[in-house]
Amino acid sequence: MSPTETLTKPTHDTSHAGRAAVHRFRRGRALLVVGSLAVLLAVSILFSLTVGSTSAGMLDLLLPSRASDESAAILLGVRLPRILLAAAVGACLSAAGVCFQALLRNPLADPYILGISGGAGLGAILATALAPAAGLAVTVARPAIAFSGSVAAVLLLLAMARRRGRLLPETMILMGVVMNATIMAAIMFIITMADFSRYAGTMYWLIGNLSSPSPGELALVYACLVPGVAVLTLIGQGLNVMTGGEEMASQLGVNVPRLRWVGLVAASLVTAAAVSLAGLIGFVGLMVPHLGRLWLGPDNRLLVPASALLGALVLVLADTAARALFAPTQIPVGVITALFGGPCFLWLFARGGERSRSGASS
Amino acid sequence: MNATMGVSLRTRGLRFGYRESPLFHGLDLDVAPAEMVALIGPNGSGKTTLLKLLAGTLLPDAGEVWIGGRSLPSLPPRERARVVGVVPQDTVMTFDFTVMETVLMGRTAYLGLFGLEGPEDLAQASEAMRRTGTLAFSERLLSHLSGGERQLVVIARALAQRPRLLLLDEPTAFLDIRHRLEIYALLSRLNAEEGLTIVTTSHDINLAARYCGRIILIKDGAVRADGPPAEVFRQEVLSEVYETPLAVVSDAVTGLPYALPR
Repeated sequence: MSPTETLTKPTHDTSHAGRAAVHRFRRGRALLVVGSLAVLLAVSILFSLTVGSTSAGMLDLLLPSRASDESAAILLGVRLPRILLAAAVGACLSAAGVCFQALLRNPLADPYILGISGGAGLGAILATALAPAAGLAVTVARPAIAFSGSVAAVLLLLAMARRRGRLLPETMILMGVVMNATIMAAIMFIITMADFSRYAGTMYWLIGNLSSPSPGELALVYACLVPGVAVLTLIGQGLNVMTGGEEMASQLGVNVPRLRWVGLVAASLVTAAAVSLAGLIGFVGLMVPHLGRLWLGPDNRLLVPASALLGALVLVLADTAARALFAPTQIPVGVITALFGGPCFLWLFARGGERSRSGASS
Repeated sequence: MNATMGVSLRTRGLRFGYRESPLFHGLDLDVAPAEMVALIGPNGSGKTTLLKLLAGTLLPDAGEVWIGGRSLPSLPPRERARVVGVVPQDTVMTFDFTVMETVLMGRTAYLGLFGLEGPEDLAQASEAMRRTGTLAFSERLLSHLSGGERQLVVIARALAQRPRLLLLDEPTAFLDIRHRLEIYALLSRLNAEEGLTIVTTSHDINLAARYCGRIILIKDGAVRADGPPAEVFRQEVLSEVYETPLAVVSDAVTGLPYALPR
């Protein structure tokens, strides 16, 4: 009578054991991906150490006795902290980008576009301007106030983009873009009004710049990065389900308000840590998750850690280029990421006609 | 033990309104375990809203919903998702997941702290895909499927939740006649074989009459008729509720009532 009987018959045998084997293969592949990225990152850090005015070969690094004390001091005391900072900042921005894109169901969401980096930036500028007057050390006050700035930006966005307890992603992105523009204007206003000589580094900072951090600063950024990425990885399946909408996520058993809150706090935390030390580096939080999705698919349980590692790798290489390309002149790393990231992104979007795994963008 | 025993569904004094316009003013509804019920009524009658209230997606302004004797607000999302499966009209995912990944999302409410699926989750997902005939395209992308195939996958995802009540909102809205029949036959089989309680909204009232033992006709948030198809399909009632002259005839093969425009 109905055509169902024939239609619903499985066309090839797929036993449970077969399914489980496919899944074990997937898990093995995930470990392989994360492992290879970690190795690549380690190699790129070693490579980056060798690049600069104090030259050292890879061998010198692996056999410390071969290097002179003076060059060792430069490599380990100045260059290594900067490279480790680059890795952390790249990881922070990329992991945050993955989370924002999932929560807001939009492949264009990233901490920079949403104004969350800008919020941290405004905080950092205010700290630089006001901390001396308040008798605070800038190095202590700046990360704390930058963090407050990014959290304030997120809270403002959440408050404005909510209707009847539901979050409207499109509204949030539009509001983020507008808020970002306003924040930039505020930053430019402060810089214009204040004594410009005191802000010599600020222009660099606005486009994103890395310098050698103090051990305390480095510890701070890793103290945010490691738990932040761990939390975002653990809520990966929740983030996956959220890409089908909040109603669907709730029907599948996700505590939506809690997941949204955990995700936004973790993503803001890592964004703030990165921005307070490296300024407003664009495109990393947008590009890296996008590349990761093309390569690995949209499963956030793999995409979060893989994007963090890939982001670290990308920024280490970008900063190496920033240091070395026109040495002794150092280019702000944000210039490199925007010069390469922008066209790369345009190219990816332009060829989006053939539908790739990163769905909605095409 | 494979049989899912369906649960009962009960509402008392359900009130709900969007902004100023009240939709339901005190709706009482009882669905027994293992019943298969179709909610029918014209556009704007409140079918979808009612389904969302039953699913806990919307909270009533007053009144209560009980599922299997438990009050809906007392069920946290995770526990609720193990009892109630929901199939929406259409599913759009922002990013492209495969069919297998999509069906495994039905296991979200069973995952542990690390959020990774175990053998039981894989077994349940494969079983759900076998039942819905979606195993053959398990590795394809959801966005590459036809509307009918995608709807079967979404039903598989709901089945992977091992629900005891299945709520469907217009599951055949965008489908051709073959897939409409296929989906209703599948629902009817799940209802008969596993005793799953099923409530579905439908604009295809004839298909609903063919597969559902009970039809609830609502308009303006109130129940206008409730019973087996033969009782609900009365020419004057349907014509008045749908504000369209309708004739009810008897299907020569099945003997079931059939409404058609006059």
